[in-house]
Amino acid sequence: MNLYHSKIHRSLLVKDARTQQRNNAELRFRAYGLTAVSVGIVALVILLVSIFTSGMTAFQQTKLQVTLELPEAKLDKKGQRDLVAMKKVTTIGYFKVLGDGLIAQLERLGIETGLKAKEVREILSKESAATLRNAVLADPSLIGSTVTMEFLANGRIDGYFKGRVDRASAQLDKNVEPGQLDIADALAERRLMYTRFNFNFILAPDASDQRPEAAGLGVAILGSIYMMLVVLFVALPVGVAASIYLEEFAPKNRLTDVIEVNISNLAAVPSIVYGILGLAIFINMAQFNQSSPLVGGLVLTLMTLPRIIIPARAALKSVPPSIRDAALGVGASRMQTVLHHVLPLAAPGILTGVIIGLGQALGETAPLLLIGMVAFVREYPAAFTSDSGLFGEASTALPVQVFNWTQRADPSFVERASGAIIVLLVFLLIMNALAIFLRRRYERRW
Amino acid sequence: MAFAKTTLSTFALCAVAGASCARDNVQIAGSSTVLPYAAIVAEAFGENFDFPTPVVESGGSSSGLKRFCEGLGDNTIDIANASRPMKEREIAACTAAGVTEIIEVRIGYDGIVFASNIEGNAFSFTPSDWFLALSDTILVDGAMISNPNMTWAEVNAAMPAQPLQTFVPGTKHGTREVFEEQVILQGCIATGALEAIVAANGGDMNQAENDCIALRTDGISVDIDGDYTETLARIEANPDGIGVFGLAFYENNTNKLQVATMSGVVPNVESISAGEYPVSRPLYFYIKAAHLDVIPGLKEFAEFFVSDDISGPDGPLAEYGLVSDPELEATQDLVADEITK
Repeated sequence: MNLYHSKIHRSLLVKDARTQQRNNAELRFRAYGLTAVSVGIVALVILLVSIFTSGMTAFQQTKLQVTLELPEAKLDKKGQRDLVAMKKVTTIGYFKVLGDGLIAQLERLGIETGLKAKEVREILSKESAATLRNAVLADPSLIGSTVTMEFLANGRIDGYFKGRVDRASAQLDKNVEPGQLDIADALAERRLMYTRFNFNFILAPDASDQRPEAAGLGVAILGSIYMMLVVLFVALPVGVAASIYLEEFAPKNRLTDVIEVNISNLAAVPSIVYGILGLAIFINMAQFNQSSPLVGGLVLTLMTLPRIIIPARAALKSVPPSIRDAALGVGASRMQTVLHHVLPLAAPGILTGVIIGLGQALGETAPLLLIGMVAFVREYPAAFTSDSGLFGEASTALPVQVFNWTQRADPSFVERASGAIIVLLVFLLIMNALAIFLRRRYERRW
Repeated sequence: MAFAKTTLSTFALCAVAGASCARDNVQIAGSSTVLPYAAIVAEAFGENFDFPTPVVESGGSSSGLKRFCEGLGDNTIDIANASRPMKEREIAACTAAGVTEIIEVRIGYDGIVFASNIEGNAFSFTPSDWFLALSDTILVDGAMISNPNMTWAEVNAAMPAQPLQTFVPGTKHGTREVFEEQVILQGCIATGALEAIVAANGGDMNQAENDCIALRTDGISVDIDGDYTETLARIEANPDGIGVFGLAFYENNTNKLQVATMSGVVPNVESISAGEYPVSRPLYFYIKAAHLDVIPGLKEFAEFFVSDDISGPDGPLAEYGLVSDPELEATQDLVADEITK
């Protein structure tokens, strides 16, 4: 009996100690992997749930309907409907007229308030005075008549309908009185106050700390779109040209090696560094406008370039050499080989890289801090004006708006910041879906 | 300085051409304390005037003034917000870059308050309490020893035995300077520690003051380099925490925070404007006089900012938490007449 025979006795159905050990090790290994995956999923779920629970309410806004008289004595003293004279009445004056209108409406409806006039007025958003003023200036014939208009409710009242404010917290809060909540309830009962989908959250510009209810993402979305256009139209040609040259034409020598290493290093440079570079080059030297999407886009282009070149080169590399050889063999020039055969085949891979690069650029905040895009901007930036050129007007960007809103004192901005994150995530999702679609649709394997 | 010259000449061209200047909006940067006020005024300015709404950037007093002093021209800011007066060396930097005519506008005062979680204990402090709680070394029986206090009761027997845990603004904030000078240093003087340090170091007053405001580093005093929302989050998470806030921030979060009195005075707009509440500071903005004729709406914006409707005691800024300046009228004249510093 030798050792070999002693082993062969064993049944296939009974595992020996070593097999058992190896099987256990594999089971543990799988468990580790599964734990790692579930940690990731749990983190993602917590993140999404917390953002969506606090942010979805930003897409709803409480409004109220007020029927009020527009007294000529207050809004156009001279009675000549002269716009220049009428503009002298500021929003402060309009807010009083509007507030008096609300008080009169409450009286007509028989709603007892027991509050001071000022407190009743403050059920309305400060933005509502601007709404009324703009309506009157657009149509001066409204003066003297009775109009019914929809106005934003104050952020605290809005918070009451969204569950952020209750009577106990209102007692402590200096900016809202429980009595105002009673009025809000009474108005809601008569369907004069209601919560509706808030298109203005997407369309309106930012608002100051005193009127969180009016703040929107319009300027930020526009700024982000402009910047992405700049990145696309600068980084795509430059990045593709650089990668084609490096991959197809450049001689393999020390210089190209150095360039190659540097591109890989640039991809890992912290983005804030590009902000400093952008400030020095585009604002101080080239004299482009501060806070403009042009400068922001160029800075993000610098940041995105290596992140486009690396996948573009990988895509070019994955085109089999036989295709190049065949093209060259039938007499095509090297340029024809690249443009007619290699580039079209590499295009899906390059586009995927570009879109993912754009996605990263879209979510970038740090470099924009230094070029003045973290700002309070209310004017929609025009794509082109003769004064400030292409994309030269001040604007903000989506991630910057999130950063900006998280710093505001009023708690209503928490909801708005989370809402902005949701919008940003939707944009990123669309871009990534596009990348996946392009890859699936056009990718070829050899 | 060939570069500065080109900037200046393009700027001059812009002035001659008048309306066809590359920028038609006012550009503002600076203190994050002044930012909400400037944003409120900018918003109201944009909706009531035919000029575009000014762009207001944040970033802190120092960075704002640094950009302000980069020179004249389209791509430099017109107004710098600051939560402290301009320093000598900043004025020198401005002069070197050609920014010689500066209008200093004081818009009002900002109170600095001490607040804790609304569900916790109520406090009434004196500067000495804060010195004894937070200073690196304190005076005990005639000798300076490393701060042994661990609870508020050890600091002052009248206070609850709550562990010491404070959140103070980091050193990049203008608020920190005010906190050091008007609270910690005053406490140092009141407890006699300053005298003891001066006696020990041979009469070097400056060094002694620096020693006074050195805070302990054992984790009891936490520097907050972010903004007040971060301080609030820390206090909500830690009921023992006491934070340093601006009055306006507290007024917007009275349902989460309770404010402590300082030397027996409750901080509010009235007590600060009367000068009773001891911890406050003036807020400023600085205008480049050379830009007044070039940037459309700059003068109108400055005048609108200091008008009674906006900065007065019943205006929106006071409502938000600014303590309006009793000498506002003088400031209005100063802006109207463009009187430079």
